[in-house]
Amino acid sequence: MARLATPPASWTTRYPELGTGLVSYEDSISPEFYELEREAIFRRAWLNVGRVEQLPRKGSYFTKELAVARTSLLLTRDLDGQVRAFHNVCRHRGNKLVWDHTPRSETSGVCRQFMCKYHGWRYGLDGQLKFVLQEEEFFDFDKADFPLVSVHCEVWEGFIFVNLADEPSQSLREFLGPMVLGLEGYPFHLCGERFAFKAQILSNWKIFLDAFQEYYHASVLHSQQQVPSLRSFETGYKVPHFQIDGPHRLISTGGWKGTPRHLLPPEQMYPIEPATQAGLMGPWERPDIPELDPANLPAGLNPGNLQPWSISNFQIFPNFVILVYERGWYLTYQYWPTSAGTHDWEMSYYFPPARTASERIRHEVTAVVSKEAALQDAATLDGTQQGLESRVIDKYPLSDQEITVRHLHKAVGDWVQAYLRDGKGTRA
Amino acid sequence: MLPEEFADLEPFAARWCIATEAGRYAERLNSTMAELEAFYGAAHPRVGAAMAYLDGFELSDLPEPQLNLLHLVYSLIMVSLPVEVWHQPRVIDSGTAYFDRYLEPVP
Ligand code: FES
Ligand SMILES: [Fe+2]
Repeated sequence: MARLATPPASWTTRYPELGTGLVSYEDSISPEFYELEREAIFRRAWLNVGRVEQLPRKGSYFTKELAVARTSLLLTRDLDGQVRAFHNVCRHRGNKLVWDHTPRSETSGVCRQFMCKYHGWRYGLDGQLKFVLQEEEFFDFDKADFPLVSVHCEVWEGFIFVNLADEPSQSLREFLGPMVLGLEGYPFHLCGERFAFKAQILSNWKIFLDAFQEYYHASVLHSQQQVPSLRSFETGYKVPHFQIDGPHRLISTGGWKGTPRHLLPPEQMYPIEPATQAGLMGPWERPDIPELDPANLPAGLNPGNLQPWSISNFQIFPNFVILVYERGWYLTYQYWPTSAGTHDWEMSYYFPPARTASERIRHEVTAVVSKEAALQDAATLDGTQQGLESRVIDKYPLSDQEITVRHLHKAVGDWVQAYLRDGKGTRA
Repeated sequence: MLPEEFADLEPFAARWCIATEAGRYAERLNSTMAELEAFYGAAHPRVGAAMAYLDGFELSDLPEPQLNLLHLVYSLIMVSLPVEVWHQPRVIDSGTAYFDRYLEPVP
C-alpha cells in the first residue's frame, strides 16, 4: 500500500521556462519594484479577503484594510444574501465610512445601513445612498448618482475574492485555473471552527511565502520536530510531489519518510502527542464526517496520488495559501504587503466544530504545536531581509525542491513585465 | 476552582486557568522552567482522565469548575512544548517572532 510516486530526476527541468540559473531577490528589496507590484499584481489579480462564514447573515459586514492598494474595503452580505464588496469611502467628502476603534483598524458586525460618522450620510448593504442630511441644500443632486464605489467580488468554495481592476481580464475561475479548481468539493463549509492569528513581519511578503513553500529547511530549522534520537543535520527531507499551473503552485507531502506522524512508534513522539492523540498534523482520529473520508475527497486534492498522503499546500497567486491536511482540517495564510520590506501576515486554522471537550482539546494541541513551528519560520525573516538588503550578494542558487521559490519570483516578474508592456497608465 | 475529582491540581488553578491563548502564552513567557516543570509534572499524568471526564459534559454549556479544568488543560498544552521540546519558555530560534491569536473558539 505504501507507495510514493517516483519523482522525476528533476522537477525544475520539467518547466523549462523557469531555468536553473542563479536567482536575484532584487524584487524583494527594491522600493521601485514594490511600486510596480502594487499596480501590476495587487490591482489586477484576484485577492482572497476572507470566507463566507465571516458574513453569516443578511446585514453582516467586515472591513479589510489593503494598504498595498491604498484602499479599505467593505464586504457585506446584502438583503438578497449576496456577498458584495465596496471601497470603504464616503461619497460626500471621502471619510472612511465604516470603522470602529480607529479608522485604520478593521472591524465587523451586522447592520441594516451604514452611516458616515462625519455628516450622517447613510448607505444600504447594496451600496445605494439612502439618506442625505439637508439634501435640498445640494445642487442638482440625485442620490442615485452617489452609490458606494463597488469592487469586483466573486465567491469560490466559500472563499471571498476581490479584484480591484476596473474590468478584470479573467473571471475568478479562469484565474484560478484547473489545478486550484481541483480543490472543488472539499468540505470547507464544514470546517467552521476557526483560530486566527496576525503578525507584523519585517520582510518583503514574498520572503515569507518562500519560507512556507519549500521543505528543504524542515530537517534543520525544525529539527526539534523529531525526538532527539531521530534528529540529523545530514539527512534532509525531499518533497514527493510538485505541480505548477500558471502563476499557482502545489506541493504535496506524504509524511516524514513516508510514515504519517500518528503512526510512528510512541518513543518517536513527544509525550503530549500520545497523551492527547493529536499533534502537528492534526488530531489523530479524523472526525467521522463522510465528506472528509478520503474516498470522497476531490481527486485534485492529491493530484500526485501520493499514498500515504498527508498535506497538499496550494500556493494561490499572489498572496494566498491553503494547506489541506489528511487528518480532516485545513489552514490558510495571507500576506499583505505594507512596504517593500514589511508586511502584515494572517494565519487561520479551520477544523470541523468540536462536538466534545476532547475534540476541542485536540484542536488546541494542533493549533499550539503548529504555531510554534511557524514562529521558527517567521524568525528567519528579518535576518533574511537584512541580508538581501545588504546587496553583498546579487544572485543566489536554488535546489530542485526549491522550485516553488524560483516559480514565485518568476511569476511576479512576469506579471510586472506584462504590466509594463501592455498596461502601464491604463490601470487594467 | 476545579471539580473535586481534580482537587490534586487545585494548587495550579489560580495561576493556570486562563481563558485565552494570548494569556496562556504570556504566562508561559513569564514563568521559570522550574515553574513550568512543576505544573507539567502534576498535570500531564492527568490529561487523559481530564479529557474523559470533560466528555461527560456538554462542551457548549460547561459549568464553571469544568470550564476551569478545560482552561487548565489548554495551559498544560501551552507548557508541554517548553518542557518536552524546547527546554526553555520560548520556542528555540524564534527570534522576535510573535503571532497574536485574535480569534479562537469559545470555550
Ligand atoms: S464625509 Fe461622509 S457624510 Fe460627509
Ligand atoms: Fe517551516
